[in-house]
Amino acid sequence: MENSEIISVHDLTKRFPMGLSEFTALRGINLEFSRGEFSGVVGPSGSGKTTLLNIIGLLDNPTDGDAIILGNPSRSLSVREAAMIRRKHMGFIFQTYNLLPVYTVFENVEFPLLLLSMSTGERKKAVLEALAWVGLSDKEKSKPAQLSGGECQRVAIARAMVKRPDIVLADEPTANLDADNSHHILQTMEKLNKELHTTFIFATHDEKVISYLRRKITLVDGKVSHDEVLKP
Amino acid sequence: MLAFKLAYKNLVGAGLRTWLNVFVLSLALVIIVMTWGIVEGWNVQAKHDMKEWAVGGGEYWNEKYDQYDPLSLNDGHGSIPPEIAKLCSSGEAVPVLITQATAYPGGRMRNILLNGIDPSQQIVKMPTSVMNGDTSVINAIIGTRMAKATKLSVNDMVSIRWRDAKGTFDATEIRIAGIFHSNVPNIDINQIWLPLDELQKMTSMKGQATYIILKQGMTSAPTVPGWIHKGYDVLFEEFDRVIKAKHASSSVVFLILLSLALLAVFDTQVLSIFRREKEIGTYIALGMTRWQVVWLFTVEGAMHAVLSVVAGAIWGTPLLYLLSKNGFAMPKGSEGYGFTLAEKIFPVYGAGTIIITAVVIMLATTIVSFIPSRKIARMKPTDALRGKAQ
Repeated sequence: MENSEIISVHDLTKRFPMGLSEFTALRGINLEFSRGEFSGVVGPSGSGKTTLLNIIGLLDNPTDGDAIILGNPSRSLSVREAAMIRRKHMGFIFQTYNLLPVYTVFENVEFPLLLLSMSTGERKKAVLEALAWVGLSDKEKSKPAQLSGGECQRVAIARAMVKRPDIVLADEPTANLDADNSHHILQTMEKLNKELHTTFIFATHDEKVISYLRRKITLVDGKVSHDEVLKP
Repeated sequence: MLAFKLAYKNLVGAGLRTWLNVFVLSLALVIIVMTWGIVEGWNVQAKHDMKEWAVGGGEYWNEKYDQYDPLSLNDGHGSIPPEIAKLCSSGEAVPVLITQATAYPGGRMRNILLNGIDPSQQIVKMPTSVMNGDTSVINAIIGTRMAKATKLSVNDMVSIRWRDAKGTFDATEIRIAGIFHSNVPNIDINQIWLPLDELQKMTSMKGQATYIILKQGMTSAPTVPGWIHKGYDVLFEEFDRVIKAKHASSSVVFLILLSLALLAVFDTQVLSIFRREKEIGTYIALGMTRWQVVWLFTVEGAMHAVLSVVAGAIWGTPLLYLLSKNGFAMPKGSEGYGFTLAEKIFPVYGAGTIIITAVVIMLATTIVSFIPSRKIARMKPTDALRGKAQ
């Protein structure tokens, strides 16, 4: 299970227009990710971590090269097809949580399942299970504004995990959290990765996150400078 | 269905902003329905009054008579044909003879029309029976508008001068036996009503009439040579034109109100898309297509209209009901406007008017919501997630 490749990136280059010139965020990246990995893309600000995650998450297109996600070359996917892959196979965790403010915790976690047209009963079961994973069963009726930062991020994890996706992409998930909350969140994700064999890819420069990773990919100026296995 | 569910949650979650828009839209809806109801109420009431006081169930006009051509009065009269005379004697019709004349109330000259009508008639509501009083003088009745204009009161004597059928001038004094109040100005302004046989004698037009008023509810109108039957389509033609013009002016009010309300919705949508960029990016990241998000925002905007219909029904129904029961008072002096207009108008709200107004508001709101929402389709999800799409 662990060794089956679900993401491969070939000669990936991404350039952004900047006034009259261009800024190259990624330069000829080649990477493979297997099912069940708990890996992170690390590097300083502007090194291209988020851009790489966006391309893997089919939220952006490469300028050159390609990313093959679950067997689908990203360049050949239509906007709708990319949305369908995200809907069924991907979960996202953002630095600023990106919870929907008018929905309760339950409804936020339920949202991805609504898009999958699951029945009410199945949805309820899955949401309660996801909230139990992150230890927020007692907060299902709360609104995001009533939660702490750590709780919000746990809701975001539950939302990302509720549909049991193949891939979870987490962009600086601990950037707004204190040390205790960061460890709690990371332990939760590590546990889910082991139990559900979900592939986690982080974009981070937080040492706390790095200490949990089993694989660390270091980007410098849009290039992979190191790709190392930290834990077997 | 999902979009409706989400849109409803987002709208309700938006709180005061939503309810302000809903209130403005519902205000537009209720005022539009009320305005149209008043015009329709006027239409219904005026036609009812005209039937009661003037045109009954239709008229026969002498073939040379034209209500809108004063010159036709000279020749527009003739002997009442036996078919119509039969209707008159059975109480199903009443003949009216008209002649031009001059009255001298208070020594001033005033051009008027003398109308002869059978005092015992029951076809129209005019109190003609009061003309049956003192037989030593000619008894006449006039309307309140005429009384006000000429300063005539009951029992006043007034000189009148006219030409008979041969063109000879003649003059006499008549007594004002009664003053009636009617919402129909055509039978009032510059009109004096006399007993038919007196006017026939005065004008040497024995047995003649200008037009015949039929009883309301008469289902058939026989063809009579020399006389033309006029139905409501002709008799109400002028009034229908006034109503049509009123509908047109109401539509302007409709447009102004609706535009103001739609401007509020448009503004909210633009602001909403600007403020909710991250949310839009999140929807896309979670697997919604961009057009699904456009649809969600459009439905959100359109739902303002749905909620406004509900809100309008809640606060507007009792208000409109009260208005329809108590009436809408017309300004003082409106009886001098020259068209049939009651002192109070009781609005009539047709289901069609309400449904059409609600549908127009919903459609317009949907379009106005869609226009700014299209911008989402052009947003880059990565920029939206960072809140930098605009």
